[in-house]
Amino acid sequence: MKRKDFLYLSGMGMGALLLPDLSAFGTPIDPLQALDGVDVKIKKELADVALNAAKSKGATYADIRIGRYLNQFVATREKRVQGVANTESYGVGIRVLANGCWGFAATNNVTKDAIAKAAEQAVAVAKANAKIQGEPVQLAPQKGYGEVSWKTPIEINAFEVPVKEKVDLLLNVNDVAMQNGANFVNSVIFAVNEQKYFASTDGSYIDQDVHRIYPTFNVTKVDRESGKFKTRNALSAPSGKGYEYMHARPEDKVTGIVTRYKGRYDMLEDVKEAARVATEKVKAKSVEPGKYDLVLDPSHLWLTIHESVGHPTELDRVLGYEANYAGTSFLTLDKWESKKFKFGSDKVNIVADKTQVGSLGAVGYDDEGVKCKKWDLIKNGVLTSYQAIRDQAHIIGLTESNGCCYSQGWDDVQFQRMPNVSLQPGKEKLSVDDMIKNVEKGIYIIGDGSFSIDQQRYNFQFGGQIFYEIKEGKIAGMLNDVAYQANTQEFWNSCNAICDESDYRLGGSFNDGKGQPSQSSAVSHGSATTRFNGVNVINTARKI
Amino acid sequence: MAILSKEEAQAILKKVIGYSKADFCEVGLNGSDGGNIRYARNAVSTAGQISTMSLGVSSTFGKKTGSATINEFDDASLQKVVKRAEELAMLAPENPEFMPLLGPQTFAESNTYNAKTAAMTPDTRAEMVGKSLSVSKAAGLDAAGFLENATRFNAIMNSKGLFAYNKGTNVSFSVTVRNKQGTGSGYVEQDFNDLDKMDTLALSKIAAGKANGSAGAKAIEPGKYTVILEPLAASDILSNMFRGFDARSADEGRSFMSKKGGGTRLGEQLFSENVNIYSDPMNTEIPSATWNGDGLPVKRTQWVEKGIVKNLSYSRYWAAQKNVEPIPFSRSVIIEGGTQSLEDLIKSTEKGILVTRFWYIRSVDPQTLLLTGLTRDGTFYIENGEIKFPIKNFRFNESPVIMLNNVEALGKPVRTGSGLIPPMKIRDFTFTSLSDAI
Repeated sequence: MKRKDFLYLSGMGMGALLLPDLSAFGTPIDPLQALDGVDVKIKKELADVALNAAKSKGATYADIRIGRYLNQFVATREKRVQGVANTESYGVGIRVLANGCWGFAATNNVTKDAIAKAAEQAVAVAKANAKIQGEPVQLAPQKGYGEVSWKTPIEINAFEVPVKEKVDLLLNVNDVAMQNGANFVNSVIFAVNEQKYFASTDGSYIDQDVHRIYPTFNVTKVDRESGKFKTRNALSAPSGKGYEYMHARPEDKVTGIVTRYKGRYDMLEDVKEAARVATEKVKAKSVEPGKYDLVLDPSHLWLTIHESVGHPTELDRVLGYEANYAGTSFLTLDKWESKKFKFGSDKVNIVADKTQVGSLGAVGYDDEGVKCKKWDLIKNGVLTSYQAIRDQAHIIGLTESNGCCYSQGWDDVQFQRMPNVSLQPGKEKLSVDDMIKNVEKGIYIIGDGSFSIDQQRYNFQFGGQIFYEIKEGKIAGMLNDVAYQANTQEFWNSCNAICDESDYRLGGSFNDGKGQPSQSSAVSHGSATTRFNGVNVINTARKI
Repeated sequence: MAILSKEEAQAILKKVIGYSKADFCEVGLNGSDGGNIRYARNAVSTAGQISTMSLGVSSTFGKKTGSATINEFDDASLQKVVKRAEELAMLAPENPEFMPLLGPQTFAESNTYNAKTAAMTPDTRAEMVGKSLSVSKAAGLDAAGFLENATRFNAIMNSKGLFAYNKGTNVSFSVTVRNKQGTGSGYVEQDFNDLDKMDTLALSKIAAGKANGSAGAKAIEPGKYTVILEPLAASDILSNMFRGFDARSADEGRSFMSKKGGGTRLGEQLFSENVNIYSDPMNTEIPSATWNGDGLPVKRTQWVEKGIVKNLSYSRYWAAQKNVEPIPFSRSVIIEGGTQSLEDLIKSTEKGILVTRFWYIRSVDPQTLLLTGLTRDGTFYIENGEIKFPIKNFRFNESPVIMLNNVEALGKPVRTGSGLIPPMKIRDFTFTSLSDAI
């Protein structure tokens, strides 16, 4: 598969309904065999072998990641199970600094001899590359934490829930969709468990057990007479939780024109509404292009935050390391150095947070042994910081890393990846209804849809799942063919109202692609419903 | 170990099939051996050498199927993976779309393997990247690029006697060259089976030329323009359309190939008369395997002839439902062109826009195949047959179906992206907004 295609398939919301190429995720196993993990004492012994071997060959720094990655996919279509698979990938990745240059090697042979050999290979790679290296790597200091551990706070391990229960749920979801007028439906539950052990010559031995879950579906309604078809995807958010995420309580539901979810998810309820909405979409009127005030639900806005704030504040993009693939950033160092670059309106406060409970990016420590934290990226509309890792910290005057280094597997080198990046809710009480009351001509958008942004993150275009016209403070019916286009800075400066904390919810992506060879990471983005005034809306209807 | 010969692969697959107790068993084996160098800011950032091999087993009892894969190849591991697949099959619900296995098939010998490419070493890669860096450094520009090579093999066998094997090589290179001021950028991307065809020095010079030539871009109004799409740009857009040549989704009413009132657009004049699209795994410029994952032989197939849709792709299940022969889609998509070069197309253009590549293309509406995305790394205004000045990047909203109805001229096809694609001159291409990105 070409790298370009990887980005297409792994883009947010794109890959979820396809059963992935399982070989890419590892070896199928009975997951119950692997849930207990490898004894931490054994992992420490193995880690010390790597660190000592690297140092003896001349490494000035070394780290090792011993990883066991479990995935489970259950995918269905209408009355048929398309696939059930459990996969495991287990191995070791060793990174070293030698002669001022990085080297990396990995092996799936988890023995002391093989690990020592991989450590030596990593040093050899570093020394070979050092010959054409420019400035030597400068690593921010990091204290050793000794032997510590962290675990995603889950109530039910998704891997311990019988496959039959998941199959029954998904076939039930499909049945509800068909009973309510859908012509086609796909549904999926995807669960992840990363058992990660990190050790470094700084003196850290970090054992982590990370869990994520993503239930989703896609409903299609076909009108044969007109030849039209419309789809609606789930309004679930992939989540850093266990299977308790599938057991929604009344307090997890945000009622309104359609039900949305916070904390936990009701898949059966959502698919019933999706079938109704898809049917309604077939008859909905086409939007008149023009300027509208946009009221954006968190189930939609997460993706706009991801593309227009999350990616341009990545320091490796700013510096040019992604120039050949995902691009650079308009948020150049001079804008940050000015301390007054107006990214958005005064209401815009955006934080990076690797500690947020229930988020996809939450871990105790990153993949180079840095304890995770929360920090400001945009404060009262002004750009204040970036996302940095240990070898970048000095560039923006930091004495320590932000802790956002990540690798998708033991056999991939870790590099800078996006932490959870979220828009803070408004400080004053404001409900969605109150917000809509003040809109003369607007569109209320729920759910994420088509997304595209340029390589420096200026010009973007977003669609959505459901569009409601707002006229003189009231919802006036459903619209079709809506997409909005804006320049990132102008868009965030047009932000003039944010609902309060009670409306704050997370969205996110299981598969954010970056790097060459491309790697995938999972990340959440939170917000409350937010209004942007005077945004350009285009009509996307065409005839072929 | 990672690259097995036909005989070695056959021996492992036979052994695995021998362990099976299921009614039916299918086994796939694949391996890859290769390496890469990534560079940015005119220096290597990462480099790797990767060798992998894995085995997948699919076991069926009645219509209940389970699958498992493994990457260990001792006898105990092979027996274990067969057992796991059988255990999952026993747990799985019946698959109403299960198709009986194919028996032995006859396949043409592919021409996907090149010994010189297979022999590439870290030194070969370093030398090739060194040539690219020499261009950017000499010109005072910044390069970021990626070079990757791999030798791969795939083999399948089933309990009804089918066996297929293919071995191939690939080397791919891409580089983005930018000026130090960040006001100009150029890009090239190329891949081949044969290392001798890859010239990183010449390609980097093209990217460097575009980086210098695109500096100081002017803004012009969005709207409908005649565009000349370089083969990479055309390929970027059309690869989305190729995925839509699927009969099942068309029959189900949820594809741009669906017909109002039911049925498909097979046989309809969907594109301009000068559009001819076919695939051929034996094409020497873009060869591919002569069988697909089901074990069906892949042959030359005409998809579009003089703008008329001649074939859609049918899976074995859907073909049986529709009582037709299954037709696998091939990755070697070829759009017939003419003999004109890109320069010839520019010379014949009174007013137009030259597009190097597109970026971040996403589907906006599957009904009409409307796509959005942006130009990137070299967009130029053409007047009276000459490139006059660089212009700022545009966002487009266009359907490849509409685009292939507006074809004015096609040049000589070039291997790029998703196939063998000609440079294209297209009228009334829709740009909807400007981008400040460089």
